[in-house]
Formats: sequence, C-alpha cells, structure tokens
Amino acid sequence: MTTLANPPEVKSEAPSVVIVPGDPGPRPMSQARHRLRKAVSLVVPPFFVLAVIIGFWYFMSYVVLDAERRFLLPPPQQVLETGFLNWQNFSQILIGLWISARVAFVGLGISIVLGMSFAIAMSQARWVERSFYPWAVIVQTVPILALVPLIGFWFQYGFTSRTIVCVMISLFPIITNTLFGLKSVDRGHHDLFTLHRAGRFRRLWKLQLPAALPAIFTGFRIAAGLSVIGAIVGDFFFQQGQAGIGRMIDNYTESLQSQQLFAAVIMAVLLGLSIFWAFGLLGRLVVGSWHESAHHVEDDS
Amino acid sequence: MVSVKASGLGPSVGANGETPSGILFDRVTKTFKDGTVAVEEFSTAVAPGEFVAIVGPSGCGKSTLLRIASGLTAATSGSVRADQDSLGYVFQDPTLLPWRTTLRNIELFAELHDLPKEERRRRAADAIVLTGLEGFETHRPRALSGGMRMRVSLARSLALQPNVFLFDEPFGALDEITRERLNGELLRIFEQQRFAGLLVTHSVSEAVYLSDRVLVMSPRPGRVVAEVAVPLERPRRDSLRFDPEFVRLTRTVSDALRQEYQ
Repeated sequence: MTTLANPPEVKSEAPSVVIVPGDPGPRPMSQARHRLRKAVSLVVPPFFVLAVIIGFWYFMSYVVLDAERRFLLPPPQQVLETGFLNWQNFSQILIGLWISARVAFVGLGISIVLGMSFAIAMSQARWVERSFYPWAVIVQTVPILALVPLIGFWFQYGFTSRTIVCVMISLFPIITNTLFGLKSVDRGHHDLFTLHRAGRFRRLWKLQLPAALPAIFTGFRIAAGLSVIGAIVGDFFFQQGQAGIGRMIDNYTESLQSQQLFAAVIMAVLLGLSIFWAFGLLGRLVVGSWHESAHHVEDDS
Repeated sequence: MVSVKASGLGPSVGANGETPSGILFDRVTKTFKDGTVAVEEFSTAVAPGEFVAIVGPSGCGKSTLLRIASGLTAATSGSVRADQDSLGYVFQDPTLLPWRTTLRNIELFAELHDLPKEERRRRAADAIVLTGLEGFETHRPRALSGGMRMRVSLARSLALQPNVFLFDEPFGALDEITRERLNGELLRIFEQQRFAGLLVTHSVSEAVYLSDRVLVMSPRPGRVVAEVAVPLERPRRDSLRFDPEFVRLTRTVSDALRQEYQ
C-alpha cells in the first residue's frame, strides 16, 4: 500500500491521467421533466392566445355593441347554444360540411394525380417542362372568379363545376413542389445510378421519387388547405343540387342568423385544419424516419 | 520528372499492355469547357491484385482521373480501359440514400445490376461482416457516425465483388483515429479480395500504407512527377507505420510532393 498523497479512489499507477470531476450524467428525472416542459411550452401559448381572443370577443359583444347590434357579433355562448348544441341547426351545418368536404377530397385527389403526372413528365424531358410549365403558371394566375361564369356555362352548376374550381386552385403547389423535389436530387446520388447504368424508370422509382417525398408532402399539405378553399368558393357560385357549407354561410348571412353563421365558419376552418394536419401526419409517417425536417421542426402547422 | 523506382516491384503488366481486369490509362488528357487542363498525358496501368495510390495537391485532377476511369466523365484525348461492369467506386462523400437502411443501401448496386434477391442478400451479408457493420443493418444513415457511413459506402461496392475498385479520398472527412482504423480495414479487405485498386488521397502515410505503388502528381495541369514503388511485404500489420522502411518511403513521397510546391 502506498501512502502517497493520492486519494485512494484515484489509481496511483497512472499519475499523468487526471480525472476531472465533471458532469455527473443526466439525472433520471431530468429527461421526463424536459419532455413535459416541452409539451407545456407547445400547448400553453396557443391556448393563451385563444383565451385572449375569446376575452376580446366577449368585450366586443357586450361592451362595444349595444343590444340591437349584438347580432353582428353574438357572444360565444350563444354561438355554442344555437350553432352547435341545437341538433337541428348543427346537423344542417354538418350536412353542408360533408357536401363541401366531398368536393374538396375529390378535387384534391384529382389534383394529386394530375399534378404529380405533370411534374414527373416535366422532370423527364426538358421540352415537356418548357411546353407545359408556362401553362401551369397561367392556370394558377388566372383570376378564378373571372372563369367561374364560363365553367358554370360549360359544366352546369353542380358537383362537376365545384370540383373543377377546387382542382384549379389546388393543382399548382403540387406541380411545383413535386417538380422541385424531383429536380433537386443530390448530384452524387445521380452519379451512383449513372455509374451502374440505371435506366430512366429505375432512376425515377428508386431515386427521384423517394428523394422528392418531403417536397411532395409539402405540396400535398398546401394543396389540402387550398382544396377546402376551392370547395367553398365553388359552393358560392354553383348552387345547383345540395348546398355546401359555402352556400350555407351565404344563406345564414342573408337571413342574419349570425349564430349559425359563426358555427358554420368555425366548422369550415376545422375542416381545412384537419385535412392539413392529416397530410402533415401522413408525411411524417412516410418520411419522418429519415428526413431531417421531421426532427428539427417540432410543429410546422 | 523524378523517378524513384525501387527495383523488383514494377507494375505487373504484360508486355503488350493487356490488362484483363485491371485499369489502363493511356495518355489521358482532360480539358474542361472553360479551357483549364485538369490532367495532361496521364498514363499508368494498375494490374489485377495491385493497389496504386495517387497523391498530389488539391485541384491536380486526381478525382477527374477516377471519374474518367469509371466512365462518369469522358477524356478529352487518350483512352482508358477498365472493367466498368465490375467496378467499385467510393466517393469522398458516402452518398448513401437516406431513406434506405444500412442493409438496403448495401444492396443498392447489386439491385441495379439485377442480381437475384438471394444472391443480393448473401453478398450484402458478406460485405456487412467484412466492414464490421453487424448490428447496424436496420439503421438509417442519419443514425450512423461518419466512419460508419463510410463503411456502408464501402460495403455497398464490395457487395458487387468488383475487379476494379476506385477510392476518391474516402477517409478525408474523418478524424485521425477513425481514419487509421478504416485504413487497416481496407488493407485487410484488399489483401483478401485482391482487386485492382486505385486510391486518390492527400495523405502520404495512407498512400504508402495501402499501396504497392504511389504516383505523385504536379499541380494543375496534373502530370505524374514521381513514381515510388512500395516493396513492403503483405499482409501488412498496423505496426508498419513505425517501421523504418515505411518511414523512409513516406519521406521519399513527401519530398517529391514538396518539390512540386516550390
């Protein structure tokens, strides 16, 4: 036994190695607590804003507006009672919502198929891109309202026309995002496929499409939000057949049923949000295991 | 031109220049569109079972030579012969497909060459053992360290069982310890598989450690200014780096390189 100044727990045969007392390592509680704090910091701010908005709403309804003009902004509990808790009113809103949602779903589906086909074709040959891209831009920039009378004239004033408007509004972001994704594949990755003489189809299927998935899903999400807008715009103009939520918002406005009007607007917003979220979730499921964006961005909605 | 050629161990190429599955550069010149001459009149032959390293300053066209050998870039003049159907090529960057797992990344080239699935799996499994990737088969690239990613990149080419293997500064981005370890593993793999290897590197000791012959290139336009034979016995051991003969050879190569900078 040595009686040198070394404390017994430090090995005396390696005097040149100094053990620095440092970080004792993560404490067992800290990670769970960290996660809880993160969750709280995600949830609390938006709810705080919601509370402020509702407070402001009450203030406007009861303080700013007098009783005769209160219909302009009915207080929240009245919207809840008449718009949501009255089953007859609420079921009417739900039916309208379903009609519009169907237009949005069908329109979005057509946009996805059309948009991806166009983008893939454009990514395969420069001349296809040169021929079609300007037209895609034109379809996007043409004021849709100017075309509405024509669309109704040609395709009647029902489901078909509503869907066409929906497609015209939601197509462009799918084309541009898919094309962008397909064309921004890493050069080194392309070299690998060239080196091993992969054909066009293989390169597309095994390299370009998977690499483009994050961009494609970004396009889907943007288009999903737009498809709901498109469906509601379609409702306003093409009123043949069952009324969609857009038509009902119009009706409630005309008959000054402001409680139902607010409920219908809120439901339309929820429809847009849930499609947007659904695609965000789907994207994360498909791409999340490998793409950086899913790990750095906590919530991008 | 300095010629530091040790006796006995020249390139074992037949008198008529035939390389059954090696690499043959014949007066290769590459001029880029903007007029810069990347490589000028480069000739050498890498025999099957031979490992050759090219060292030289940045921008001397070393990587361009590999791209020409692989067929990714065309030479402006001169010709290259290399078995491009049985070619491994490891880039500076691991270039793994981020959506594929280690196993599926390693299978990629075999897939592109239409090998049947069983054969693919078997070869991938062999390559995984050779590169020490056992236990990482289901990891995606983002979950791997730089060294592990390079192993996957190496394994991916190994699964092709190539006759010709090109390495473009494969370990340049790694830390010293990882680099030396991977050098050792590459050495072991080469001594087992005996392909025709051509390595481009900045590291003189890496070049000497791995190869039978080191070519020293001048700055742009790249020409071979010295050729140093490395008659060190194989199989080589890690302790080789402290061998006086190894030190002498690295010094010879370094001197030739330094002369070019002056």
